[in-house]
Amino acid sequence: MAQIDLTLAPAGKKKSKKRSLWADAWLRLRKNKSAVAGMIMLATILIVIYSSPLYLDYDNDVIKPDLTQTLQFPAEGKLLGTDELGRDVLARILWGGRISIGIGVLAMMLSSIIGCTLGAISGYYGGKTDGIIMRSLDVFMAIPSLLLMITLVSIMKPTITNLIIALAIGSVPSVSRMVRAQVLYIKGQEFVEAIRAQGASDFRIIVMHILPNAISPLISQFVMEIAGLILAISGLSFIGLGVQPPDPEWGAMLSSGREHIRDVWHVTAFPGIALVLTVVALTLVGDGLRDALDPRMKR
Amino acid sequence: MGRYILKRLAQMIPIVIGVSIIVFLLLSLSPGDPAKMILGLNAKEQELQMMREQLGLNDPIPVQYFNYMKKVVVGDFGTSYSTKQSVIEMIGVRLPPTLILAFGSLFTILIVAIPLGIALAVKQNSPFDNIMRVVSLFFAAMPGFWSGILMIILFSVHLGWLPANGFDTPSAMIMPIICSSIAGWAVNSRITRASMLDVIRQDYIRTARAKGLKESIVIRKHALKNALLPTITSVGMAVGGCFGGSVIMEMLFGINGMGKMMIDALRQKDIPTIMAGVIITSVIIAVANLLTDLAYSFVDPRIRSMYARRKQRKEVAGHGAN
Repeated sequence: MAQIDLTLAPAGKKKSKKRSLWADAWLRLRKNKSAVAGMIMLATILIVIYSSPLYLDYDNDVIKPDLTQTLQFPAEGKLLGTDELGRDVLARILWGGRISIGIGVLAMMLSSIIGCTLGAISGYYGGKTDGIIMRSLDVFMAIPSLLLMITLVSIMKPTITNLIIALAIGSVPSVSRMVRAQVLYIKGQEFVEAIRAQGASDFRIIVMHILPNAISPLISQFVMEIAGLILAISGLSFIGLGVQPPDPEWGAMLSSGREHIRDVWHVTAFPGIALVLTVVALTLVGDGLRDALDPRMKR
Repeated sequence: MGRYILKRLAQMIPIVIGVSIIVFLLLSLSPGDPAKMILGLNAKEQELQMMREQLGLNDPIPVQYFNYMKKVVVGDFGTSYSTKQSVIEMIGVRLPPTLILAFGSLFTILIVAIPLGIALAVKQNSPFDNIMRVVSLFFAAMPGFWSGILMIILFSVHLGWLPANGFDTPSAMIMPIICSSIAGWAVNSRITRASMLDVIRQDYIRTARAKGLKESIVIRKHALKNALLPTITSVGMAVGGCFGGSVIMEMLFGINGMGKMMIDALRQKDIPTIMAGVIITSVIIAVANLLTDLAYSFVDPRIRSMYARRKQRKEVAGHGAN
């Protein structure tokens, strides 16, 4: 901590310009080697995966079976081999990544919207409101989140929209708790009292003043939660309740490759590697963000 | 202490009732006709009507719920729609493997992560520490079903050492338990390491060392107990994860446990089985959380004395009122 402060101080003097919280955080993030590694990994993954529609055709490259080419080992032309229906594993991993990551991010956005609303109301108003919201969330917390997601998906039919909703509901309780804890902490600070004394409405205080302050330490948690959700989607797809065939998804690819593990290893190995690399990248970035955004957490 | 446990057990009741209401509502409102599930697609309308009447499906949902709960309170979870067996008997068969899997992996997490975390803290910044930092990053990111597949490929298909299916022999239990605890090893060894490093830097540890105590005694007798609290919290929170994760593990390794039973029941909209599975799981998790909180007082005498003091304070207050 002392080291970072020493190196930052002269730089600040030279420019004699005050940095915003975000610029400051960005500077700290850039100095963190593992966070930089994570950002490079994540950026590469996102660019490669999200540019895939430019060079892949969904109907021809991703879902079209070619029964003359089933379960081929990696070779030239098919870098990661083919699956049990002769489809290119690499193409399906790239396309599947868009689905996994896309669902993970959307579900996290939905759950952070709900979680921030509930957490902010609960933490700000306290008392009976807090009691009612928190006790109802306790009920959801009492069911393991994966079991809750499985129950919701199988009741609603596994479409992508329903998956996003189920994953979001599964992660709302923990998100709301985190937001509530932050709001409770910030609510007690003097600047909030000052704003209230100026006659600001509760809504304004929460939305304009408390939430922006509450969110910055939470961003890293949200990034990590996305990693957890991506793992959950793959888990759901693995047991057949997630993304449905012929759409590729990493967990679903693992599941269909599982039947052929006696003959080939690449169909199950590569989607798993993609999954692990993505989760590692998100974890590194999340860790780095936590250190950069929440000075109290620094060691 | 006893009163505290009773109070916590009483607090579980509304939670479990809440869980049962939510799941009952979700299941009742979802499409699909249980009568059709039981009698098959060829059943006549008249038979279906009779079956619905018999199951009480024509009653309003709150009435159905109360009738159901009245039976649950006396331990009758009804009869499965799909297997026609008594649900409580099914659970008697299905619960043990899941319990062994979940608590076996929690136990493995503890016996691997704590010593590993201590070793990493003692050898901070050594090559071992640096390598494990990267290794644990990847281990924590590995979904259990993937490490499971890789282990099956290696140990069952190629080496033929361990069976890939079932859960009846100790050798069949090794892979499922290890797979569902790998991520926990990584996460909890990091947590133990971090809290151990915090504790090691404190003054009383320096005092202990200055007294001339052996390093191993300093670590074991003085540092460890204080460093364990964050690990206990984290392992306690992992109980739910282990139960959720066991669903996937059971599907992967073909274990006839609660998770597999739940998936089958959900596919067939077998309401009595689903309800019983969710209610029992949530009770087990609530009890596990209670045990975690009691473990704090076991490790930390300050917390133990807090319970005692609270009781004393209440007694004093009680006397004052009289």
